[in-house]
Amino acid sequence: MVTRLKETDAVLLGVGLVGSILGRELTRAGLKVVGLERGEPRNTVPDFQGPHMHDELRYAVRKALMQDTARETLTFRNAANQTALPMRRLGSFLPGTGVGGAAVHWNGQTYRFQDTDLRMRSRLVERYGRNAIGDDISPQDWGVTAADLEPYFDRFEYLLGTAGKAGNLKGQKVAGGNPFEDPRSRDYPTPPQKEPYGSAMFRKAAAGLGYHPFPQPSSNMSQPYTNPEGLTLQTCMFCGYCERFGCEHFAKSSPQTVLLPVLQKDRNFTLRTNCQVLRVNLDRAGKRAVSVTYVDAAGREFEQPAKLVIIGMFALNNVRMMLLSKIGTPYDAATRKGVVGRNYAYQTTSAVQVFYDRSININPFMRSGACGTVMADFVSDNFDHGPLGFFGGAYIGEVMSHGRPIEFHPTPPGTPAWGSAWKKAVAEHYNHTVSLNIHGSSIAAPQNFLDLDPTYKDAWGLPLLRMTFDFPPNDLRMSEYLTQKAMEIGRAMGGKQVAGGPRRGPYNVTQYQTTHNTGGTVMGDDPATSVVNRYLQSWDVDNVFVIGASNFPQNASYNPTDTVGALAYWAADAIVKQYVKAPGPLVHA
Amino acid sequence: MTIVSRRAFIKAAGAAAATLKTSTAPAASLPRDAKAAAAGAGHGFFTAAEASTVAAMVERLIPTDDTGPGAREAGVAAFIDVQLAGPWGAGERLYRAGPWHAGTSTQGYQLAFTPADLFRHALRAIDDDLARTRNTTFARLSPGDQDAYLQTLEKGGQDLGGVPGNVFFESLLEMTLEGFFSDPVYGGNVGKVGWKLVGFPGAYANYYELVDQHGIAFDAPPVSLAEDAHGTVHAHPFIPARVDPKRS
Repeated sequence: MVTRLKETDAVLLGVGLVGSILGRELTRAGLKVVGLERGEPRNTVPDFQGPHMHDELRYAVRKALMQDTARETLTFRNAANQTALPMRRLGSFLPGTGVGGAAVHWNGQTYRFQDTDLRMRSRLVERYGRNAIGDDISPQDWGVTAADLEPYFDRFEYLLGTAGKAGNLKGQKVAGGNPFEDPRSRDYPTPPQKEPYGSAMFRKAAAGLGYHPFPQPSSNMSQPYTNPEGLTLQTCMFCGYCERFGCEHFAKSSPQTVLLPVLQKDRNFTLRTNCQVLRVNLDRAGKRAVSVTYVDAAGREFEQPAKLVIIGMFALNNVRMMLLSKIGTPYDAATRKGVVGRNYAYQTTSAVQVFYDRSININPFMRSGACGTVMADFVSDNFDHGPLGFFGGAYIGEVMSHGRPIEFHPTPPGTPAWGSAWKKAVAEHYNHTVSLNIHGSSIAAPQNFLDLDPTYKDAWGLPLLRMTFDFPPNDLRMSEYLTQKAMEIGRAMGGKQVAGGPRRGPYNVTQYQTTHNTGGTVMGDDPATSVVNRYLQSWDVDNVFVIGASNFPQNASYNPTDTVGALAYWAADAIVKQYVKAPGPLVHA
Repeated sequence: MTIVSRRAFIKAAGAAAATLKTSTAPAASLPRDAKAAAAGAGHGFFTAAEASTVAAMVERLIPTDDTGPGAREAGVAAFIDVQLAGPWGAGERLYRAGPWHAGTSTQGYQLAFTPADLFRHALRAIDDDLARTRNTTFARLSPGDQDAYLQTLEKGGQDLGGVPGNVFFESLLEMTLEGFFSDPVYGGNVGKVGWKLVGFPGAYANYYELVDQHGIAFDAPPVSLAEDAHGTVHAHPFIPARVDPKRS
């Protein structure tokens, strides 16, 4: 039996970062909003408090805050001629669950995508000519520019209280910041965090080689900060339990610390947790969403009618919800037609380790999630790709976030995996190793996509999402080139040994790389190559907005959260100022 | 699996860590309880024979040697026993629906076994193999022969009652590292010997004043999240790999 509930103005699918922002903006505009969250309610007190939060086994290794793969996972294969099999445990990426979503257990790295990312195809054509882009890759424009998004980036960073140093204020370059960034209207809300030892060694070596290192923009606080919502964050203590954990200190920006206490007091907002949404229901013509169907913790089914549906879950789940609800045409890799599930992309990462002798104490456990020093000289199109045979790039930096020993016990190449020689090497190198990250872009390619699995189901009996992905040769060439650059920097850092290697295929779903899964409901100006328009509104069902990293037509060198937050504010603005006043398509194709 | 009383569990975990004081001492001066746990006494999941095999195996993976205490002193075998007896062993957070196919290495674990089933099947097969071919047990092999046997498992190709040898080896090594480096609240890392080996301060949570004192030697003794003012670690055998709404 299905219980039909009273209609609401808007329903949020997911109450993570996107859901919290949209909930706040829509209730502020006077709409009645119901937030449906599949996971638990969570608050800084008591859920994230020490000392219990400082449990590496429970949170970092067993992943207590993340999606429970026993109930809901996806299937994976490297290529369409293989049989996809379930990802039976989390590995390569860690989708969140529960109130606050993955923004509870993120690190806080807060970068703006560049205009060369947002207008990737047209900027590449402009610089390298129309024939430079082969049909083995499918980069495209987002339908928005860096100038369009600047006020929304600004708003989001001031919500978070991001610690950083501007490199370009209204077109004026500022020494010590990122000289490659697009103009920003004002400086970061708070100054950079303290610089740990390894980061300082990286900065000196990179500057010595003529590069432009700068403090990584961090949403771990360098000082107390009160945001425009009136919520106060505290100074980060560098405890080393950030990514994969909730913050006990109110020092990491998350929905819990920057928005939810205000949103949850709003009488227009209703939060329902442990509610698994099964689908968005459409009218007979398939042109309008009328309600969503969900199941609560006790297994009872409900129908929540709504005038407006906001799909703001983790990127992969956004794609799955569109497919389960039959909104938009699914992508067919064989014909390259269709859009939902198209242009799935990831991140192409690699690492370089610099080993020092025992007199140099690195103290890897004295870190915050997003402290560190990076350089953007090889990000996006900040360097000439003419002779290189690839597009895209990476930031290189020293951004170690912890020294938790189950996950972190570096040894030089050639060390056995166990026994006395392993143990001796671990004791010798644990506190005397610096790791550099090469955090690279991921180009969209026609053979990488998401659809529904024909065989495997979730705990509610619905098909799992199926991921078909491998690193495109373009990205492996990029990783080869930039890992070499990082090795050169590593060699200038004064260690006794430098080790590392580029990312190599095939992509492996068991090894943690990043939780930056993108694409599948991409934004754009053309319904033939995008699922949503530039305001993140479905081309097919105009009272459905889909918001998240699933909107990215391809993934850039930088971490995605700042761009997701800016897009959420951008879409909220369009909904409140345009859609609510005159419901209907905001863009006519 | 037999149902084990709460009392037996407390005994198993307690033997490993419950009353162990913060100690810098190597194996020789460990409290009696920890030595008993290391020897495999009081197990919640393993049979006595399984416990003795696993204890011998983890001692080769992280040996006691001139760098300090190893898996034996850390109570790693008892840690694994408690983990396999609890929700993790029963397949917590593991997607368990078929159909079952071997798949490619990039697709990850594709066996129908829970962690507890996997250990039971593999250990039985190892026991049978050694009884048949050498008329002995793993624990009775010389350290050199034990290493050789483990290397064979690590290489793969062996079928252990449906468990590929390398899959068992990887699970064993993974859980050994967990038992050596996790918070002593779980019954492993007894005396924080794993943390002391590398200089990890544990659950300690404030380096704001130290992070920019580059190269400083941090040598405060490590702290467990379950430590009282007297330095006693109160072990908790069942912390599940999910957020417990009751926060027991």
